[in-house]
Amino acid sequence: MKHQTFFWFVLPSVLVMLLFIAFPIVSVVLQSLHAEHEQVIVVVENCGPFGCTQSAKIDTEATEALRAAKPLGRWVGPNTYFDRGHLALNEVVAEWQSADTLGKFFSRLINLPFYKAMFFTLTYTFIVTPLTLLFGFSIAVAVNSASKLLRGPLIFFTLLPMIVTPLVGSLILFWMIDARGIIGAMLQWAADNPNLSVKASTPLMWIMLMVYGVWHSAPFAFIVYYAGLQTVNKEILEAAVVDGASRWERIRYVVLPHLLPLTTFIALIQLMDNFRVFEPIVSFSAAAHATSLSWAIYNDLGGETRQLSSAAATSVLTIIGISILLSPVLVRTWRDFSRK
Amino acid sequence: MNMWKTAALVTAFASLHGTTALAGCGLTEGSISIVGNEFPAIQTVAKGAEACAGDGVKVTANLTADHQKINLAGMQGNPAEYTSAIIANSSIVSLINEGVIRPLDDLIAAHGADIPSKQLVTVDGKVMAVAFMANAQHLVYRKDILAQIGVEPPKTYEELLAAAAMIREKGIMQNPVGGAYAAGWNLAEEFVNMYLGEGGEFFGAGTAEVSINNGKGVAALNVMKSLTEFMNPDYLTHDSNATNAEWEAGNVALMSMWGSRAGVLMDAEGSDPVVYENTAVGGPLTVGGGTTPASTLWWDGWTVAKNISDADATATFVALKNGISSSILNDETMSQAVWMIEGYKPAPVNAGVFAAIEMGTPPYPMLPYIGLLHTALGDNLADFLQGKESAEQALADTEAAYTAAAKEKGFLN
Repeated sequence: MKHQTFFWFVLPSVLVMLLFIAFPIVSVVLQSLHAEHEQVIVVVENCGPFGCTQSAKIDTEATEALRAAKPLGRWVGPNTYFDRGHLALNEVVAEWQSADTLGKFFSRLINLPFYKAMFFTLTYTFIVTPLTLLFGFSIAVAVNSASKLLRGPLIFFTLLPMIVTPLVGSLILFWMIDARGIIGAMLQWAADNPNLSVKASTPLMWIMLMVYGVWHSAPFAFIVYYAGLQTVNKEILEAAVVDGASRWERIRYVVLPHLLPLTTFIALIQLMDNFRVFEPIVSFSAAAHATSLSWAIYNDLGGETRQLSSAAATSVLTIIGISILLSPVLVRTWRDFSRK
Repeated sequence: MNMWKTAALVTAFASLHGTTALAGCGLTEGSISIVGNEFPAIQTVAKGAEACAGDGVKVTANLTADHQKINLAGMQGNPAEYTSAIIANSSIVSLINEGVIRPLDDLIAAHGADIPSKQLVTVDGKVMAVAFMANAQHLVYRKDILAQIGVEPPKTYEELLAAAAMIREKGIMQNPVGGAYAAGWNLAEEFVNMYLGEGGEFFGAGTAEVSINNGKGVAALNVMKSLTEFMNPDYLTHDSNATNAEWEAGNVALMSMWGSRAGVLMDAEGSDPVVYENTAVGGPLTVGGGTTPASTLWWDGWTVAKNISDADATATFVALKNGISSSILNDETMSQAVWMIEGYKPAPVNAGVFAAIEMGTPPYPMLPYIGLLHTALGDNLADFLQGKESAEQALADTEAAYTAAAKEKGFLN
């Protein structure tokens, strides 16, 4: 394609990407480097149904004047990134110096909100992503070998977890694992412990969140793999049969290599999705046991006093985290591309 | 052809509504949009305001438990999405901080001279909200269960704990205590109550410097932990609604619950007669030998947005004034809250909130930085209740989280 044709061809998408992807990111970065103006506090008399009190109040007019002069707020540079709510540089150094063992340092580290969120997010990502691939592939192989008549309904039912809205899907599971729900009661019976509660135990809650994660995203892996299975060369498979290859050997030496690019694709999407785990934490009311970076952003914006700069800093850290996570896959894809 | 039919129909309906509007509020134009929390009393107020809808007057209400996540953003635009936010003494602070609500003095002079002055919430001499109900957390108990163990309704948390132990010992209930201890806002609110009951102060005098990591803070947390030992193990996921569901299921005999949510426990819906007939309310509890109840007084009221036309502001004011007029009181709505409305007759269910007012329960503080502390408390106290860290550590974490947030918001240097 000529350069000029190419330019006009991609211009609309480039414009859309600038408008909806690049500009918002620039705005978030800018926001994270600013903090709110120093508050002008005045003491005034507040009266209400329960009497009058002297109370502090923000001087709205003075604040408005400050904001009119500098709408973005106070320039603080990267300070927000290093404060206790985020990378917590000072606290980490202090813990490192005071902790005598690595284990102690680690347990102190995950007491800090950012590292606590990272610990769960990374565990979740690295457990859920491979399991999703495994389950998706197994289901695809199973469905592919079912009789033609059954396949349609099977595919529909397998896709259901992905069709159900994440919030609703996780709420359903949340009720099922309640101490009086079907799964919760069964677990109590199986463990012979009437006080067993999934919602009260941190390890069980983590397992439940991950079970939900796999349940929700396995259908995506399944449908991609299933489509891929239709493109496997039948002749090679038949040749393998003639050569005496077992079913497992056919999958191992013919199907899997053929589906490798698809595996890369699914892994890429799933790593991104799982790193942003959010809905199950909210619907499971799991914030006491597990937090993620996305949850931290939501929490900053959801309080009675919104913390925009803190949320912006966490957003930028999320983008950086995803980039680091995806870099091996991206580098690999780039190498494959250049080799051709 | 169809268009004409539709047009005729619309006119017919409009005139139908028009008559009620004239009868109701005398408004001729305006667009009213309300955002607020979701519980029976607020639904009643919104319904009262919606009665003003009609010819040229549009009233919509978005009532949700997540109201405080959306009300500020919904009022910052120009024109604002919401012309009114129904708020409480905690949530009005962020609206005042950002200057999105207008002083009501001129509207009161023109349309609301008859609103009693005790309902007007003034900040620095300007009326910023009109309160319509009082609320507080207080004791809710099961008469039959207490009779079974032969104990009077508790007046202190220590008595409540003793009664809970007896109920468990006699095998009547495994987890007889309830409480809205969901991590986040609810848990923080329980600490605020308990800490004030212990006689604590949140901030150094006249500053935004937090000071809760002290003996009173630790004592408050320890009482909370003792309470959770008698609660359903899932307590960290139970908000007020879930706690009420536990009550209606007959699993709980003692709890501190919002007055505004006690009514549904005593009606025939959702529970067996043995539960709702035996549900009774008492005053708020004290703790640690203190005389100040471990609870906070709340008012709920409405505001009018700043970034809207004067016509819409007038319409909003008039419609909401209708929403809190005596016309909304009937047999069903009378007991929904402790109304500050003329013609209100207290029902037995409201006794708890009245007791809270009489006992001198402190109002929830209206400080510009209290919201940040509330968020920090909600994020950091669960670790202690789960036994992951000490009370001192949880309080130190809270203070550190608050300080980081307060620096970012410009309250501290």
